[in-house]
Amino acid sequence: MITVLLAIFIPFIAACLVPFIHKFLTGSRIGWFVITIPIFLFVLLIRLVPSLSEGASYLYTLPWIPSADVYFSTHLDGLSIIFALLITGIGSLVVLYSIYYLSEREAIGRFYTYLLLFMGAMLGVVLSDNLIVLYVFWELTSISSFLLIAFWYHRKQSRYGAKKSMLITVTGGIFMLVGFLMLYTITGTFNLQELIAMREVIAADSLFVPAMLLVLIGAFTKSAQFPFHIWLPDAMEAPTPVSAYLHSATMVKAGIYLVARFTPVFAGDTTWFYVVSCVGLLTMLWGSVNAVKQTDLKALLAFSTVSQLGMIMSLLGIGSLAFASSESTHIALFTAATFAALFHLINHSTFKGSLFMVVGILDHELGTRNIQRLGGLATIMPITFTIALIGSFSMAGLPPFNGFLSKELFFEAMLSLKEANLLSVDSLVLLFPIIAWIGSIFTFIYCMIIVFQTFFGKVHAPLPGHRPAHEAPIQMLISPMVLGSLVVLIFIFPNLLGTYILGPAMNAVYPQFVGLPGLVPEIRVWHGFGMPIFMTIGVIIAGILLYGFLRYWKGIYSLGFLQWTLDRSYNALLQRIERLASVVTKTYMTGSVRDYVAYIMLFFITLVSIGLLDFQQFVFDFSNDAEIEINESIIIFVMMCSSVAILFAKSRITAIVLNGVLGYSIAILFVVFRAPDLALTQIIVETVTTVLFLLCFYYLPEWKNEHKSISMRVRNGLIAVASGVAVTVIALLVQGHSLYPSISVYYETASRLAGGLNVVNTILGDFRAFDTMLEVLVLFIAGLGVFSLVKLRRKKGVDHPEEK
Amino acid sequence: MTKIVFFIILTFGVELFLSGHNNPGGGFIGGLVLSSAFVLLYLVYDIETVHRGTPFDFKRVAAFGVFLAVGTGMLSLLFGESFLSQTTWLVDLPVFGETELGTMTIFEAGVALTVLGVVVTIILGISEDVE
Repeated sequence: MITVLLAIFIPFIAACLVPFIHKFLTGSRIGWFVITIPIFLFVLLIRLVPSLSEGASYLYTLPWIPSADVYFSTHLDGLSIIFALLITGIGSLVVLYSIYYLSEREAIGRFYTYLLLFMGAMLGVVLSDNLIVLYVFWELTSISSFLLIAFWYHRKQSRYGAKKSMLITVTGGIFMLVGFLMLYTITGTFNLQELIAMREVIAADSLFVPAMLLVLIGAFTKSAQFPFHIWLPDAMEAPTPVSAYLHSATMVKAGIYLVARFTPVFAGDTTWFYVVSCVGLLTMLWGSVNAVKQTDLKALLAFSTVSQLGMIMSLLGIGSLAFASSESTHIALFTAATFAALFHLINHSTFKGSLFMVVGILDHELGTRNIQRLGGLATIMPITFTIALIGSFSMAGLPPFNGFLSKELFFEAMLSLKEANLLSVDSLVLLFPIIAWIGSIFTFIYCMIIVFQTFFGKVHAPLPGHRPAHEAPIQMLISPMVLGSLVVLIFIFPNLLGTYILGPAMNAVYPQFVGLPGLVPEIRVWHGFGMPIFMTIGVIIAGILLYGFLRYWKGIYSLGFLQWTLDRSYNALLQRIERLASVVTKTYMTGSVRDYVAYIMLFFITLVSIGLLDFQQFVFDFSNDAEIEINESIIIFVMMCSSVAILFAKSRITAIVLNGVLGYSIAILFVVFRAPDLALTQIIVETVTTVLFLLCFYYLPEWKNEHKSISMRVRNGLIAVASGVAVTVIALLVQGHSLYPSISVYYETASRLAGGLNVVNTILGDFRAFDTMLEVLVLFIAGLGVFSLVKLRRKKGVDHPEEK
Repeated sequence: MTKIVFFIILTFGVELFLSGHNNPGGGFIGGLVLSSAFVLLYLVYDIETVHRGTPFDFKRVAAFGVFLAVGTGMLSLLFGESFLSQTTWLVDLPVFGETELGTMTIFEAGVALTVLGVVVTIILGISEDVE
């Protein structure tokens, strides 16, 4: 299935091409090239929807590192297509929006390179079937998110937010990797489909719970669940198209994807239910309560995203109860929660995406997103206002918008928990609907804040340097308008989405319940007077009352426990780590090259002695050795003389020349032993290093006889002698043993397998090409390291551009 | 005189690089010989003069080398082979005679360019600092 592979790699290839095409399509016109990629992929993927809804799925495997069970396998099924369509669909709209959002002066080429990098990585996450491949793409999304948040890197806040998001999500990713490795030790496979098939084996293993919790930490950090949510508000320093794309529609949903994906593996256990639903609900409440106190519209939306993600997470938790039930009516009751989660996932992307774009427009046109400086814009910006109204009311759960439908399903799922006390689940879960209801009230309040405090009330004078408020250009309004109309359209035709998109996804989450009646319920706008509708009415009444009296009770936010933020703990922790690291580092980084050489040699000696003690077979076998010729002994004598003479050299140039004598003698020795490759290399390396030495001459301190203490001299002497002994012992021992298969077989097979007669080079370039490639990489990095060290040192004292 | 030596060394470097498959030589040595040719130029003339003659950034040369080395590995993926699989063709080159050309040659070219770029970058970085 080449389509899936294309979907992952096209964005990466395009990202490589952007810098080159940018030369021809200057300015923001490069956006028109970039936009073709998500649109193309969207069309490519949506064509597969009908066959997926008939139950097809596409698995495709390429060998990558077969020796480690790592295959580049992709799997497209009902669950991944939802995310893939969101990534490409919202991606197209965001690129279109960004063409007009970013000014010509920005580094637009860089922006789109990162954005495409992210797109490819995110598609990789949702489409890969191999856990290691998934992990690689997972971290790549964190890295591209880091680059995008730090896009305006001259701002201190951007750098802080970028670092924070990367530290938290990458740490979570490493936890997740450990979880994956545990799953591998249990099952012996990295492939998701095989893992799902082996769920009984996994559930019986003692590593089951640790693996589950570790995978969940990965999901929670990525999806900004409490207490890891603190990175998301700071990530709002990114340009608004990025916030709309990564930090509300796609990347933060990777955690949701992971939880949904692993539901068939882990969900049989109630631990999964408790952790996922409790963390989700707590996040929902915490996020919505904190959103109300924000004055920056983007921060408000960030907390609201945290809250909404928590809501989806808690629904997935409840959905897992289906595995614990036996009656089919019960199963359908709980699978409905997962259905609601997936439905709300799509709805959230539509309304939150449009809201972010609206805030971006306000920021772009008025120069501020502070709600205290905004007001009365309803008549000035009527289209923007309409979109904001649709988005906020949908988020609040009001008809006739899609948020109403999923909110009703949410309440229904929460209420279904009262059936769960039959399933040996604690009766504590009966509190869940109440928490959900309170969270929804706060959600309602902040939605009202967005609409009424921004678009009604007093009109503020424009900020200096900005024109009076006016409607945004139509090009910027297209994307939010598309999303806004989707909000309404999904409300009118929810079952179209239900059958074609959500149904196949449900089959992927519940592979053993496929075909069960009620697995894909019909979404009804009106389902009679029941508890859910009363809860919604309650939310509206309580919300309006609380919003009306907001200023009387807003004071409670200054109360102690609400003042306490996890941010402070995060900063304190970071500071402490840095302090500890610098203390530890300063103890051994003395700045003296002599000490560093001593460390290296000591480490080497220790390693060799441990190895030898472990080996314990001191057999010295000289029987096969050839006679030492007279010319060889002369060369060796020269070498010994020159190395001893270095110790007594009076000037540095003498020492360098003597060192050169040593080097060239080795080269001659290689010639004598018929190793032309080595001799050639040695001669050239010797020449180049001598030139380097001469260049460094300028910096080196004066050559003087240093009066070191006796103990120092003894110490250095001991290290020197020990290193020499270690090398000699190894060299002599090698003769008597053959621990590893000889590489001389390459000599016979070289020309047949690699088409070359030079065995050294066929080993370097073909048999062990991977080593060579990495060495080249290391050499390059080292070269850049030397270059930047030399250059940065020179700039010391000049103002650092980042500190402005 | 230096110019003649420079070109002799350059040719020798290329020859070493191309002959590497069957005879002593190869990417690493070829790259080192090439860089020693440049080092000779820098020793004889000053940096500005050489810059005018070779107006390219050696950091980019090194980066291009890494790209070639990793790129040939990726290329084999496109043909359904495993990473870094190499393949060869025999080609008759005018001066160097019958030569093995293959993806391994590209790979070795990557190695050579990286070595050249890195060595010259380091030496230039330090020597520019002297002034």
